[in-house]
Amino acid sequence: MKDRALVQIALYAAIFAVLGLMPKFDLPIAGGVPITAQSMGAMLAGVMLGAKRGALAMLLVLFVVALGAPILAGGRGGLGVFFTPSAGFIFGWVAAAFVAGWLMSLLRRQAVFASALIASVVGGIVVLYAFGIAGMALKTNLSLIDAAKACLIFIPGDTLKAVLTALVAQTVARGMPEALLSRAPTR
Amino acid sequence: MISLYLAERSWAHAVPAGWKLIALALISLLVTPFDSVPLMAGLLAAVLVLYVSLGRAALRQVALLRPMLPLLVILLGLHWWTGSLEAGIAMVLRLLAMVLLANAVTMTTRMDDMMDAVEPILRPLAIFGLSPRALALMVAMMLRFVPLLFALWEALNESWRARTGKRGGWRLLAPFCIQTLRLSHHTAEALTARGGAPRGKRR
Repeated sequence: MKDRALVQIALYAAIFAVLGLMPKFDLPIAGGVPITAQSMGAMLAGVMLGAKRGALAMLLVLFVVALGAPILAGGRGGLGVFFTPSAGFIFGWVAAAFVAGWLMSLLRRQAVFASALIASVVGGIVVLYAFGIAGMALKTNLSLIDAAKACLIFIPGDTLKAVLTALVAQTVARGMPEALLSRAPTR
Repeated sequence: MISLYLAERSWAHAVPAGWKLIALALISLLVTPFDSVPLMAGLLAAVLVLYVSLGRAALRQVALLRPMLPLLVILLGLHWWTGSLEAGIAMVLRLLAMVLLANAVTMTTRMDDMMDAVEPILRPLAIFGLSPRALALMVAMMLRFVPLLFALWEALNESWRARTGKRGGWRLLAPFCIQTLRLSHHTAEALTARGGAPRGKRR
């Protein structure tokens, strides 16, 4: 793996951690599956880095969390988080970043804002919630429908995050186009 | 970077990280199929006894569960509503016990010991050209980036406040991203200049 890819995977993993630690973005309306900026970290990683590197960045996050660093929203971390009802979301970040990155390269001919928005919504909301709801149903013995009901309150916040991610992607595409790795010509 | 690790030594600190991880995996597999309230209450009680044996600092960490409580109440309500309160109570007890147990492993194991313990599992990653040393480098870089990014954000926030008198908030995201990307380019160049990321298969 190239040095640049290595550094950027570490960078997006760090951005993910920063988003979780930032009190301004932390809106703990309902605890446990906290509304945070953190799922935006998964969207950003996918949209900016592309499928493979985005997913690797999220795997790095999971790894560091498992090692015991409290980098998830609200200072959570350690092996405990993989046993909470929201564990599905935590594993879902990897898939979310992958799908978002894959969609970005699929839509490489379209406008950046639109494709980043689509990628964030499909990856960061549809895919993420599929994992999150499945995980919650599994951990709590609720039916899928009931688990879905417990998650629905988070959708409006996540839509906002998708829009913000798309705005960031557009700005970066304008100001520093070579940094939008998901759209870089495949070498 | 604060860690959840407890500096105060206890008997569990002396247990090798690998054994603790294996025990955690086994217990989590064993308790999954059961739904009996007394059994789960017993498990939770056993975990709490474990915490008591680890000392007062460990017991204080039980407070980390507080943000989970509202969600547990909602989930319990959903269980009650859909039929079985008993299954709901068993579920809540199991969740609490497993989260606390996993946390106990984290509290009593140093990060580098944990890294050493999982290294054998990571060896297959070499197939994808990722050596465990490169992974260790990425972990270190990530942890170093976090305070750096905070400082960057604060600098942007202050310059925004100097010009507008208000907090920047989400408006800082785009310049923040561009600055961090520039930072990462410099880091990558510095890494390459120093011989690049480790590529060898051996640690």
